[in-house]
Amino acid sequence: MLLVLVEQTGGVASDPSLQTLTLARSFGEPIHALVIGSAVDLSHHGVAVTHVAVHDELDSFAPDAWAAILGQLADRLGAGAVFAAGTDRGNDVMARVAARMRLPLATNCIAVAPGPPVTLTRQRWGGSLLEEARLHSARALITVAPHSVPIEPARAETRVERFTPQLKEQELVVHVAEHVSTKGGGVSLAEAKVVVSGGRGVGSKEGFAIIEDLAGLLGAAVGCSRVVTSAGWRPHTDQVGQTGTKIAPELYIACGISGATQHMAGCKAAKRILAINSDAEAPIMLNADYAVVGDLKEIVPAISAELRKRK
Amino acid sequence: MRVLVCVKRVPFTGGKMVLAPDSMALETRHLGFTISPHEECGVEAAVRLVEVNTGESVVLTLGPPEAIEQLRDAMALGIDRAIHLQTESAEWDPEATAAAIVDAIGADEAASGPFDLIFFGNESADSGGYQVGLLVARALGRPAVTGLKGVKVEGGSVRCEQEADGGRDVYVVPMPAVLTVKEGLNLPRYPSVPGRMRAGRKPVATSAPTQAPARLEMVRLVVPPGQGRRAEVLGSGASAAPAVVEMMRKIGVA
Ligand SMILES: Cc1cc2nc3c(=O)[nH]c(=O)nc-3n(C[C@H](O)[C@H](O)[C@H](O)COP(=O)(O)OP(=O)(O)OC[C@H]3O[C@@H](n4cnc5c(N)ncnc54)[C@H](O)[C@@H]3O)c2cc1C
Repeated sequence: MLLVLVEQTGGVASDPSLQTLTLARSFGEPIHALVIGSAVDLSHHGVAVTHVAVHDELDSFAPDAWAAILGQLADRLGAGAVFAAGTDRGNDVMARVAARMRLPLATNCIAVAPGPPVTLTRQRWGGSLLEEARLHSARALITVAPHSVPIEPARAETRVERFTPQLKEQELVVHVAEHVSTKGGGVSLAEAKVVVSGGRGVGSKEGFAIIEDLAGLLGAAVGCSRVVTSAGWRPHTDQVGQTGTKIAPELYIACGISGATQHMAGCKAAKRILAINSDAEAPIMLNADYAVVGDLKEIVPAISAELRKRK
Repeated sequence: MRVLVCVKRVPFTGGKMVLAPDSMALETRHLGFTISPHEECGVEAAVRLVEVNTGESVVLTLGPPEAIEQLRDAMALGIDRAIHLQTESAEWDPEATAAAIVDAIGADEAASGPFDLIFFGNESADSGGYQVGLLVARALGRPAVTGLKGVKVEGGSVRCEQEADGGRDVYVVPMPAVLTVKEGLNLPRYPSVPGRMRAGRKPVATSAPTQAPARLEMVRLVVPPGQGRRAEVLGSGASAAPAVVEMMRKIGVA
């Protein structure tokens, strides 16, 4: 049997966790799920048993405690493999499980097949490169790259079992003590329908005025490349890419951005990409759907003017 | 205060991933090398902490002889000395990497006292295993917090901030501790010319650890499909604006 850690908010499983359940089913069955805190209905996702860990100290996230619970449950059930989503929390908790149990962990997998040895394909460079690998272990620890596997529902008779885990004091040392809300106004980059981004070609902090104007007309969020954040023209929260934000808008407008793989790792989930670049041979031309060749300082204001004219 | 930062040498790939003939590595003959932006922020944090609190900052890498370049870069920014765990060119898996780092930390701490803080990048730029820092923390029996965009020392503890759910989750853990950080933690400085000169004279302790067998074994690398479509050119210069707006209308965003 396989054990899958399912993340949730308010009783609803996260999409990356449901994607993980889908991939886990292709690896083997039956599937047991672990949820922490409150129960989640997983009967449409092929889960035979949902284990609900309930504990007074688990109201706030404590990664070592989660790892202890997941590891103990895997031992009790004799799980042949343990899966989690390759989210910040999923990767964190699974690495702690790997450390506690002295087992190898393969993160951000997009395909897995049972072994021995387990064979898998995992993402490198934020998904710009793939690695085929073998995992030599009696119990495979695997995280699944978010949004790399479509969710496939499967009906099941799901049994729910509540239990109270035994936790040691040291497993609660690292815990969320406080949540500070930083939600500002404006459109969130990660969720925007349209993102207008500027790169080195924008030339300066002030140069972003035309980018902001176009974004305002489209109800879009403003993004940027790493060159821009390193220069201090925009805050890092605006950076799109492997070490910035990963976005999935309907349209991504990349102005004066060359299309380095680390930048594209952040916007490859965009439905369509429009590149505005003075270099017709820039690498982004091979990753974009539409292109306008020329100086963004003329093109971007012209697009804004055209939008205003038609309003 | 003693602070360690662990970094990894990776190629600075441009617009395209090109594989070496054996498909076991990237073709790097025409590429420069760097460390992850996450790790650059770790270096900056280590330098700042020692500037404020005095003490010693150390940079460590496990990598080929050429990785001395990345150690010198870190020292040019103000890190005091370096530990180089030299390997042959092939990459080590996360467990073997962590084991060698744990041994090196043990040896350095036996000679110079414990590190109050040990920084790692949240994940390496290339292999993205998300685990070396946590494996090291467990072996050392120290608390670890990951993915940090805020780190503040407060007496014997460290206040850690992680981006989560449209805000920040805050952790407060006692030192010594292991912290993995993300780009955005700070804005790293650029090296100065005197900094570069000084870096050349700073000490580097080199050793060659033995490699534990890999349980996560790479078989080959594959470039994912999708690289190499061609954009439809809507025009050039300002005169392309109407065609752009037409396209926006067609896809329903304008
Ligand atoms: C491990 C790692 C992680 C990284 N993570 C990220 C990341 O998260 N996000 C990110 O963006 N980068 C990241 N990078 C950096 C990345 O490799 C590139 O250096 C960066 O994306 C380049 O930014 P750019 O396209 O703005 O600049 P450049 O590559 O310099 O490109 C500028 C482009 O602007 C065009 N241009 C110039 N003037 C004009 C004009 N007037 N009109 C129109 N076009 C013009 C040029 O033709 C060129 O194509 C990372 C790098 C590494 C090694």
